[in-house]
Amino acid sequence: MENQIIRMNNNLLSVKNLIKHFSIRAGFFQQPIGYIRAVEDVSFNVNKGEIFGLVGESGSGKSTIGKILVKIYKPTKGTVLFKGKDITKLTKEDLSFFKKEVQIVFQDPKSSLNPRRSIRSTLEDPLIVHNIAKNNSEREKIISNLLKMVELSPNYMYKYPSSLSGGQRQRVAIARALTVNPSFIVLDEPTSALDVSVQAKIIHLLQGLQKEFNLSYLFISHDLSLVRTMAKKTAVMYLGRICEIAPTEKIFSMPIHPYTRTLISSVPVIFEEERKAKPPKQSCGGEIPSPVNPPSGCAFHPRCTISSEVCSKKIPDLLKVSEDHFVRCHHVSINK
Amino acid sequence: MRDKRILEIKDLHVHFRVYEGISKVIDGVSLYIKKGERVGLVGETGCGKTVTIKTLMGILKIPPAIIPIGEAFLDGQDILKMSKKKLLQIKGTEISMIFQDPMNALNPVFTIGEQFYDVIRFAQNRLKKKEKLSKEGIYNKMISALREVRLPDPERITNNYPLELSGGMRQRVLIAMALVNNPKLLIADEPGTALDVTIQAQILDLMNNLVETKGISVLLVTHNLGVIRETTERVYIMYGGQLVETAPTNIFFEKPRHPYTQGLISSVPRFSGGKFAKGIPGTIPDYFKAPSGCRFHPRCNQAMPICSKIKPPLKMLESEHYIACYLYGESNNKNE
Repeated sequence: MENQIIRMNNNLLSVKNLIKHFSIRAGFFQQPIGYIRAVEDVSFNVNKGEIFGLVGESGSGKSTIGKILVKIYKPTKGTVLFKGKDITKLTKEDLSFFKKEVQIVFQDPKSSLNPRRSIRSTLEDPLIVHNIAKNNSEREKIISNLLKMVELSPNYMYKYPSSLSGGQRQRVAIARALTVNPSFIVLDEPTSALDVSVQAKIIHLLQGLQKEFNLSYLFISHDLSLVRTMAKKTAVMYLGRICEIAPTEKIFSMPIHPYTRTLISSVPVIFEEERKAKPPKQSCGGEIPSPVNPPSGCAFHPRCTISSEVCSKKIPDLLKVSEDHFVRCHHVSINK
Repeated sequence: MRDKRILEIKDLHVHFRVYEGISKVIDGVSLYIKKGERVGLVGETGCGKTVTIKTLMGILKIPPAIIPIGEAFLDGQDILKMSKKKLLQIKGTEISMIFQDPMNALNPVFTIGEQFYDVIRFAQNRLKKKEKLSKEGIYNKMISALREVRLPDPERITNNYPLELSGGMRQRVLIAMALVNNPKLLIADEPGTALDVTIQAQILDLMNNLVETKGISVLLVTHNLGVIRETTERVYIMYGGQLVETAPTNIFFEKPRHPYTQGLISSVPRFSGGKFAKGIPGTIPDYFKAPSGCRFHPRCNQAMPICSKIKPPLKMLESEHYIACYLYGESNNKNE
């Protein structure tokens, strides 16, 4: 009982049976003619001070989840509890609190920063909206501190995004997320638009900030090596569903779902030691099906090497393999 | 036979004359590719990779570009001194290219069949009348080329428009188009970057197999070091428009010598987890005020006075392992 209470208190965000369908509309009356099943029945928990990794290929619904968590999209069904409160039913006061607590950093800093506003003006807005600083000089102080935090010189305040490099822009985007002292940040592929040497700097910055402020991250990425270095727990997604969820070490050392195995073995690696750590190459034919009309049963079955009749008929449940390792596959026992 | 050099670039310089002044982008690049060899060209954004291959393909706009010095021999003929008519003839037949983004490389208003037909028919122009293929012959050649890249149902695909195909299928079509005329050299510009990892693995496997069986030389341009490791035999590293190191791929990843290469390789997040380096301090040079001497010296932690004065020549360390750095040389062997 005591254990449970501790776990409850430690829990920052919990997503339960989340579903998001986008309707496709056509014709003069814009009648819905179909649905894009972006997210189907996704549940996970993020604890305080934890980095949770979300991996998947394009179209797997990982960014949609990120956007639901910051209230850009409304979920079709299911609940998202942040600090015990349902984010779709917040009162005005709670909403203002929520917006201070949860922030997002997007993939492409070129399009997520307004080109016509100076860095100062971009960073100043949240301070005014949330009434964090009283006057101009105080705001300026906070902004220069923020810029120092992301390892930029305070002079950058007066520059415009066009005069910054990609890495510097992403630092500004991170600073913007930090202005309101959030406890949870959604990182939607924060480094995929950057070069490796710049990526390394941004990742170190994010890791440092996480430790300093005990932040929680939802780290969305398609780069498995990055997720391995960043995240404590990882969920692998395929066509809107989580197909495997476990502590990151377990996902990489003993992947069970055939899709996870294929994904891990497809990553091109550099060092000999990494080659040894990889499972033997498992190529899967075919392409990712469209989420408008996903395959029946297990969505991966047309590409799977071990699929059987039951796979095309019944959607497998998330089965418990060990205490914190869950897999959505009918053939768990074979793979183990 | 294998030692025959298909492509040889000697001391290429490319400058751009624009409003702000002269931007000296490529500063003395020399490289060669032997028959049937797969060579990688690596570098970060803005290092001049694209300018180099655009020069090779003769699609560089002159002006604003100027080529003050430089030679580029394709099978003994200098591309840079060729007439426009001659250049047009070799493009797509002796030298062909796969682009990064399969979404933009195909014309959306023509079917795959129409575009493919043109590619084959164009190559027939050089042949004598007797050797030319009939309409039917061209169609059959097209179908067999599409079958070679393992596209299902090629007859149907010829009637499809590009937007009806997925990214992976489009990239397959482009590979088929690039290889159908049996070119001597294939330039692949980030062929898998726009695709997901499992699809990227399929595409790279396919490209490697085809190229090997047909004995085509490849210049693979990318910033993804994992892809370089898994597909190339020899690699050139570019920084700021200069070549800094070249070596056989396995030696290059085991014993990188140039400070830039060492920084680059150590910045890659390891798939096996664990720590990676903090990137390279500083940013890429501004080509209007390019640093004198070795262009990496302002960011190098082992820079010496001579580095900023004279550009280091490429020195041989072992066979095929050359490096442009004063840290290594006849008089200074302590680093080896």
